Amino acid sequence: MTTIDMPIQKPVSALSRFTLKTEAERFALVAAWLFLIILFGILMPDSFLSWRNFSTMFGSQAVLVVLTLGIIIPLTSGDFDLSGASILTMSSMVIGVFNAQMGWPILPVLIMSLAVGALIGAINAFFVLYFRIHSLIVTLGVGTFVNGVILWMSGSQTISGVSMELVSWVIMGRLWGIPLAFYYALILAAVIWYAFEFTIPGRKLLFVGRGREVSRLNGIPVERVRATSFILSGLISAFAGILYSGMTGSADPLSGLNLLLPAFAAAFLGATTIAPGRFNAFGAVISVYFLVTGITGLTMMGAHAYVQNLFYGGALVIAVSLSQLVRNRQPQDFS
Amino acid sequence: MSNTATTDNAVLVMNDIKMKFGSNYALKGVSVAVRRGEVFGLLGQNGSGKSTLIKVLAGFHQPEEGSEVVLWGEKMALPLDPMLIKKRGVAFVHQHLGLVPSLTVAENMRVTSLGQKNPWFVSWRKEAERLSALFAEFNLDVDPLATVASLPPVERAFVAIIRAFEDLRASDAGYGGEGILVLDEPTPFLPGEDVKRLFDLVRSIVKTGASVIIVTHDIDEVRDITDRVAVLRDGQLVEVLDTKASSRQAILDTIVGSRIDAFAKQRMAAGAAPVTIRVDNLTDGNTPPFSLSLQEGEILGVTGLIGSGFASVPYTLYGARRGAGTLTVSDRKIDLSSITPLMAQRMGVALLPGDRLGAAGIGSLAVTDNITLPILDELSHLAGLDRGAMVKEAGRLSTLHDVRPHNPALALGSLSGGNQQKVLLAKWLRIQPKLLLLDEPTQGVDFGARQQIFKALDDAARAGTSIICASTDNEQLEQICDRILVFSRGRPVVELKGQEINRKAITEACFYSTDAEAAE
Repeated sequence: MTTIDMPIQKPVSALSRFTLKTEAERFALVAAWLFLIILFGILMPDSFLSWRNFSTMFGSQAVLVVLTLGIIIPLTSGDFDLSGASILTMSSMVIGVFNAQMGWPILPVLIMSLAVGALIGAINAFFVLYFRIHSLIVTLGVGTFVNGVILWMSGSQTISGVSMELVSWVIMGRLWGIPLAFYYALILAAVIWYAFEFTIPGRKLLFVGRGREVSRLNGIPVERVRATSFILSGLISAFAGILYSGMTGSADPLSGLNLLLPAFAAAFLGATTIAPGRFNAFGAVISVYFLVTGITGLTMMGAHAYVQNLFYGGALVIAVSLSQLVRNRQPQDFS
Repeated sequence: MSNTATTDNAVLVMNDIKMKFGSNYALKGVSVAVRRGEVFGLLGQNGSGKSTLIKVLAGFHQPEEGSEVVLWGEKMALPLDPMLIKKRGVAFVHQHLGLVPSLTVAENMRVTSLGQKNPWFVSWRKEAERLSALFAEFNLDVDPLATVASLPPVERAFVAIIRAFEDLRASDAGYGGEGILVLDEPTPFLPGEDVKRLFDLVRSIVKTGASVIIVTHDIDEVRDITDRVAVLRDGQLVEVLDTKASSRQAILDTIVGSRIDAFAKQRMAAGAAPVTIRVDNLTDGNTPPFSLSLQEGEILGVTGLIGSGFASVPYTLYGARRGAGTLTVSDRKIDLSSITPLMAQRMGVALLPGDRLGAAGIGSLAVTDNITLPILDELSHLAGLDRGAMVKEAGRLSTLHDVRPHNPALALGSLSGGNQQKVLLAKWLRIQPKLLLLDEPTQGVDFGARQQIFKALDDAARAGTSIICASTDNEQLEQICDRILVFSRGRPVVELKGQEINRKAITEACFYSTDAEAAE
């Protein structure tokens, strides 16, 4: 009989795994956000620190939060969805055309715009999976195509006169002074957080993103998981579009497209916080509000409109760089 | 302990090398000296510090104050400068070779531009001619314009080694035209015959006057190729042995510190258990169909020369690669032309692929995440996954299979190869499969961990799991198999069982079967 004697080793206790450094990494962005609030609060105690200002910020940026939550699903399964902002705009344009122009009742139109979002997601999935093309290329192409359709549908005009019911569901209705849209975004974040952390489909999504061959050999239906994530991303982007038209009461063929880069900035920034190294729902929420707080504060201090881009771009690169310093510049591994 | 190494004729002296990661010393004052024109082995278990020592020499890790690296009598200043070391004539071939598969051999060889005269124009035709001549110098026939991906593994290793050798020539190390070539575990992915070819190349490089340092944990390779071998254990140098004068067991005992017996199996007799696994008319599309069957709890080895078709058996039976035929697992029959990994798993079939981080587990995810993947259903309650139970179960399995370090929160990729394999094996053994398919289960795993894995496999077999193990590692096959099928031209041609199983017989059967076929 064989004896294999090796010195017994002690399991590492849970306590020693809790290190100050990893906790600092997890909450650095939250601290940076608080710092911004305190800084602008000291500079502009009356205007910036008002509840009105915060409730406006929370409410108006719910669209960006929802869009970001949409794209982190394919990002987790290892695909880029660059068509998210186009789907958002498309969905609000569907509402503009069918509800405002043609006068259809709002509820069926909402369902229709969600369906259109899911359909565009399915088209992305088909080209990526059937022809095995990189998702960057397909979603860029499909997104651009959708932009063209939007301009054609709308005659390049903003369509106003969207049902007031929708407006009241999204922005007029308030809870503790904050528009309902904010709570929709929070609920969605909670659902996605739960799905990522506590469900088997969430595990499958993560494994597919980290290693397709490994996932396949472990019996995960890789293609089905990837297709589902594109469709969900389309669906959630369309939901963001619904909030967008409810927010303004109209459908603008262009301005929604500007949300694409902020959404990716927030997604990647969010992956450096709460659960560093993973795209995560609450990280995304915090990133959006961190970015927006900075921009709002600077704008209130009289900065020009271009500060938005300076801040979205600059904050992303600087914040991710700082978090890399905390990690001793280990290569990031999202894939 | 004396902390200086002195040797006559030393081209490289490393004195009192201390290297600290966090609060742990990976190297606790190691001193070695390499002579001109010798093959010097660095041997030790995973985590003994041999790779760290090489990385210090390469300038990747900066050692503590007081560590000394002397090249050709010249003391290198700390911190070590990787470029300077390279210029002085030390070239490295790392385990993963550092080749870009989608580029050609010539393009890959051009990456290091030490010998480059004009950086703005490359004549690929002349380059190809020059490279062909260089390969011919070492009796190698590699097409410089082929992509690296199209080469067999051993030729990729040749390319990486010749590229490093070119660096030696181009360096000013000349110091007499030679240099030091460092090979960090170049062989674990190569079958036996290719290892021989690789060693022939190493020998002809030594003939040019260069010295070679080879890092490995394969004792037979050390005995085959090295002149002297330094044995490391827990970050310390245990001994420098003269290879020719040391017995295999003596080297083994030095590595481990205490004596570890090789795992010895009690082979199962034919007919001792009911036949539960049946494979009929198996083919991967190109090979003639064949059939085989296994008793409950039997370990069947499949082997042969590379290209003889044995290697695809685990993959086609699992649906990882498309094949045809039928698989019957205790009366459940399935068509192999439509089987998927998920269907195979539901029948109680599991596959542990040879490519640990490319196909078996995710390096960037924690041990817990990897080990619990097939049992997530069990670890869920009404409200979703029970994270506490996942961590607990991962901890229990880590203890059971002696995974080190015992911390399931670590990323799988941060463990040593042997420990990664223990995790991945534990994952499948946990679901008690009826049929476990293995591809080179202990490739790149050190001696101690290997015996533990063998023991775990044997325990699983005793509990009723039938195992098919595809391998070219004859020692491994001898240690774990009840029966061995030797393949030639895509089908089994020789069956070895009971007393017939030993390393020599397996090798002979591999070559005999091919010769016999050739004679037909």
